[in-house]
Amino acid sequence: MTPTFSLASLVPALPEIYLVAAICVVLLVDVFSGKAASRVTPTLTLITLAVGAALTLAYAQVSAPVELFSGMYVADPLGTLLKLLCFLFVAVALLYSRHYLEARGLAKGEYYVLVLCALLGIFVMISAGSLLTMYMGIELLALSLYALVATDRDSGIAAESAMKYFVLGAIASGCLLYGMSLVYGLSGTLLFSELAVALQGEPSLGLIMGVVFVVVGIAFKFGAVPFHMWVPDVYHGAPSAVTLFVATAPKIASFALAFRLLAGGLGNIVDTWSQMLAILAVLSALLGNVIAIAQTNLKRMLAYSAIGNVGFILLGFVAGTEQGYEAALYYTITYVIMTLGSFGVILLAGRRGFEADELDDYKGLHARDPLLALMMMMLMFSTAGIPPFVGFWAKLQIFEALWASNHLALVVFAAAVSVIGVFYYLRVVKLMYFDAPNAAAPPTESHPGVRLALGLNALAVLVLGLLPESLISLCERVLG
Amino acid sequence: MITLQHMLTLSAVLFSLSIAGIFLNRKNVILLLMCIELMLLAVNFSFVSFSRFLGDLDGQVFVFFVLTVAAAESAIGLAILVVLFRERRSINVEDLDTMKG
Repeated sequence: MTPTFSLASLVPALPEIYLVAAICVVLLVDVFSGKAASRVTPTLTLITLAVGAALTLAYAQVSAPVELFSGMYVADPLGTLLKLLCFLFVAVALLYSRHYLEARGLAKGEYYVLVLCALLGIFVMISAGSLLTMYMGIELLALSLYALVATDRDSGIAAESAMKYFVLGAIASGCLLYGMSLVYGLSGTLLFSELAVALQGEPSLGLIMGVVFVVVGIAFKFGAVPFHMWVPDVYHGAPSAVTLFVATAPKIASFALAFRLLAGGLGNIVDTWSQMLAILAVLSALLGNVIAIAQTNLKRMLAYSAIGNVGFILLGFVAGTEQGYEAALYYTITYVIMTLGSFGVILLAGRRGFEADELDDYKGLHARDPLLALMMMMLMFSTAGIPPFVGFWAKLQIFEALWASNHLALVVFAAAVSVIGVFYYLRVVKLMYFDAPNAAAPPTESHPGVRLALGLNALAVLVLGLLPESLISLCERVLG
Repeated sequence: MITLQHMLTLSAVLFSLSIAGIFLNRKNVILLLMCIELMLLAVNFSFVSFSRFLGDLDGQVFVFFVLTVAAAESAIGLAILVVLFRERRSINVEDLDTMKG
């Protein structure tokens, strides 16, 4: 292969290149704008994201997979879709969290720069074509997230949860890396495309060990049982705005990690990893949904709900078919949309000195703020998987994929577990609508712009549920 | 004659030591950071030995990246440690238990 390195050949990598430049600009503008920084930086970051999405849409679209940098980087339709969605999700997350950060004195330039760095890490993971690029993306995302969780330096529990996240995240990277070294040693290549060719047929014992470590690393990053210990503590301990970020866009990155590494690089030895993944998925779906019932803190409850939902995403991978990956992709996207909304409500319901993260804080929310309660109800119904909301179709897609790949026991199990899950989502609705208002709770924040965005978010959950075909066929198209 | 097997065994032993260190240590967070460092070095060792025996440079290039990331990682780990110490006046692992459920 002759190295062709013209500027035009770099265009498919435009999102990343643009983002690196934009991060430098945002950082410099923040430093040099002095007192005005607290107003300039958040707006500039939102503009940056909008411009990035527009550039990606205009120039970086590819109709078929393109390999760059000797195959280390892959641009394909899936990558473009995920990057556009990440631009959107991060922009929405920043929009929701702006007033929260300002009220608590956390709206510093570093916050926005770190969020953009994390986004860059997500992009690198989405487009990774080799083990090396994947590792660099994972670390860029993880290191930014550790710093974000510790961003509130006056909070003891934030520091504690950051420490736990850091230690467990480092163990995860270590395991993943050890698995990668074994996979590299036994195949002789780092590229996913060559791995898929080199690793076929009956795997050797060393390779199985390598795959075990890789799966453990992926499970840690997803937060699947039994590697979920960090999830509740990070969701609970981090400032709510950071939790909102940690709970959304990185889930897309985890999907990309699992898809590129398992379905791509190790795609010809599906049987080796799908068994391990099945155990993780079943445990996650079961424990996540059962332990969530016992929680009194809403952020902790949503953390266990995240663990349960990760179980469903992994079930899509367990199917090991094209249909299964499509279902997992669809589930991930819809789950992130719903989570954005739920944490958006938490951010609006709180004030400085009142986090609104206990379930009791939502008693009688309907009487105090009917609109907010309505949005929360739609989001909770959707996450529970009740039609006509989009969460129902996401679960249905997973069931269909499992059914088509003859995992009948898993279909029955998944259906039973989602019924358990309905209980704690509906409890939130019951607290909001049928309990006496909590007299101690201060009034909710008004912020019309944020309310409008949140309303659109809740509406999207309903509209996507009423017209599911468009998003489902989009997922089919980018993976097909 | 030192074979690939010897080197991989050493790498596996170092890796297990670091994992054991993380889970057995109940005293000091700095020990955790050292164990994490040891874990990455064990992985580096495995990469270098594979690279040597495969006659392929990619593994050694990977090691450079891992070393760089490890440096960034310890910097962030120590920064979080400082924040934690300012809040708690302790870096004892057993004191990291305020959140339950």
